[in-house]
Amino acid sequence: MVSTDVERGLGRGFARGHAALVAYVMAGYPDRASSHEALSALVSGGADVIELGVPYADPVADGPVIASAGRHALASGFGLAEAIELAAEFSAACPEAPPIALMTYVNPLLRRGFERAASEAAEAGVSGFIVPDLPPDQPFAQKWRSACEAHGLDTVFLAAPTSTPARLEAVGACSSGFVYLVSSLGVTGERATLAEDLPSLVATMREYTTLPVAVGFGVSKPEQAAKVARVAEGVVVGSALVRRQHDAGSLERQVRQIAEAVHAVPISPR
Amino acid sequence: MADVLLPSADDAYSSPDAQGFYGAYGGTFVPETVMPVLAELEAAYREAQADPSFAEELSLLLTDYVGRPSPLYRADRLAQAAGLGAVYLKREDLDHTGAHKINNTLGQCLLAKRMGKHRVIAETGAGQHGVATATTAALMGLECAVFMGTEDIRRQSLNVYKMRLLGAEVVPVAEGTGTLADAVTAALRHWVERVRDTFYVIGSVVGPHPYPQIVRDFQSVIGKETIAQIAEKAIPQVDAVVACVGGGSNAAGMFYPFIHDVPAADRPLLIGAEAAGLGLDTGKHGAALTKGTPGVLHGFYSYVLQDDAGNPREAYSISAGLDYPGVGPEHSFFKDQGLVRYEAVTDTEALEAFALLTRTEGIIPAIESSHALALLPRLAKELGPEAVVIVNVSGRGDKDMDIVREAGLGID
Repeated sequence: MVSTDVERGLGRGFARGHAALVAYVMAGYPDRASSHEALSALVSGGADVIELGVPYADPVADGPVIASAGRHALASGFGLAEAIELAAEFSAACPEAPPIALMTYVNPLLRRGFERAASEAAEAGVSGFIVPDLPPDQPFAQKWRSACEAHGLDTVFLAAPTSTPARLEAVGACSSGFVYLVSSLGVTGERATLAEDLPSLVATMREYTTLPVAVGFGVSKPEQAAKVARVAEGVVVGSALVRRQHDAGSLERQVRQIAEAVHAVPISPR
Repeated sequence: MADVLLPSADDAYSSPDAQGFYGAYGGTFVPETVMPVLAELEAAYREAQADPSFAEELSLLLTDYVGRPSPLYRADRLAQAAGLGAVYLKREDLDHTGAHKINNTLGQCLLAKRMGKHRVIAETGAGQHGVATATTAALMGLECAVFMGTEDIRRQSLNVYKMRLLGAEVVPVAEGTGTLADAVTAALRHWVERVRDTFYVIGSVVGPHPYPQIVRDFQSVIGKETIAQIAEKAIPQVDAVVACVGGGSNAAGMFYPFIHDVPAADRPLLIGAEAAGLGLDTGKHGAALTKGTPGVLHGFYSYVLQDDAGNPREAYSISAGLDYPGVGPEHSFFKDQGLVRYEAVTDTEALEAFALLTRTEGIIPAIESSHALALLPRLAKELGPEAVVIVNVSGRGDKDMDIVREAGLGID
């Protein structure tokens, strides 16, 4: 287990006495100014961790809503560098904001250089990274963790319903901040129903980590979010927010409804 | 019986390292959901390698169903026109379904059955891999869905029709440029969702480990046969062996046995022909090895055409099979090690070579394979009029009639 600075780490979002809402928006969508409004809407709506998506042309883990927002942002020239700039501007303007995790595919990090990307992100006030196409046991993942550790950044790895015990162990051992548990097979996106075996999935993951577990992929409605919050420390909501990202008012209302449902669930100390 | 090359697991050179790297290239860069399935695939492949009945079953199919070994044909009128001593054509165009792709789909679908999967998916560019997968699925009674870009569906309507006739579902992919790269992404996304009951039959030496190795091994029957045929025909010297490279499976299948089994001193020049499209300086090409830089695409680290932010760039080629911004990781390794030389061939050069083979030998090649044929005049200049060259004719050109006609080639 990697210990990180609690003051700036992602873990801070899970230490508020209730279950946490990890709220995703896409950087640069529909444009730079609207992205700032969207981030403000997440804060005023009550998000506990902000997950800021980096536009990428080949988002293999994302469903149609996030993929399409990413393409839109890409077309206006948004990428990793611009997402980090956005985070820096936002952190400066809103020092009380919840911790920010950048969600990016691995190639933009490779292209910029692991060390440079980590250094710039830390400088921008980012607290950690989620990289969905970088499994924890790969040689590149070790290099990436070293770069992040050197700059006090958390590295969140993903666990899936198909993960074997050995793989869950690697996810637990390599993650810091929190563990991202993918609730169902497939890509990101809203789903009518959640996996029935979610409680046992979370329980299995807990055998391999003491970090907070946040569950994502498919959660879109307040009732679903509350259900997830009763079994895990955090709930990740993405597509349902990105769908409303062009309208900050609508986005804020959605975040608030989900946050209220999630925050109503107390967290029991483990 | 066709000679199947399934190197044993302890043959150090045959395998990438434990994490799937060929030197710096390869690996597994995929969502966690599919990681355990890749490990299962690797284990199933190791088991198959150790099981003589697997090689026997595959070998029988390659012989009686595909028609292997494919001939190594001495093309004298072509050699004369190109100014070379001799040109031999490895006739993968005569394989059942009209291209080398079936060597791989038979192997992978047998693996799918061993793993208890009753449903297969595939991506396709030119449609050759889609047709080969649909054919194999029909043969083995597997359910089959093929992902294909909408632009490729337009360019290759005949193959789309064939796949549907064979009972496969063709899933149109409209995202991006509607070409091969988009089809791969769509297939990967679908696989993440259906990973428990679905086997992903990848069509080239690309994708996350262990796919590049599995596909290369199944295609190595091409090079292995070629080496045996050189001996049978008592060809005293071969100066060069050429193959086209999109993802790179026919080239890997041809080159790998020469690298693995032939001592460096006796080894002919190995040359891969990438797509230069409208020209390397136009930005409209598919030459990942010539113009790309190392990066991750579709789950593996290799040379890739990408922008400054790390997004894959759109590839372009007149040939749907070479229209891909990446290339198999082992080719990147071969390039860096100097084991294979890679050159780029424009649309125009490929069309000229297409016409030349058609008119001198009565063989209509795939427009992909025509890129390899286009190296012949260059090799005549480089190696002289006595040189002996083998060209892998990876597929036949029936599917390309509309494109060739649109390009204004042939009868006036």
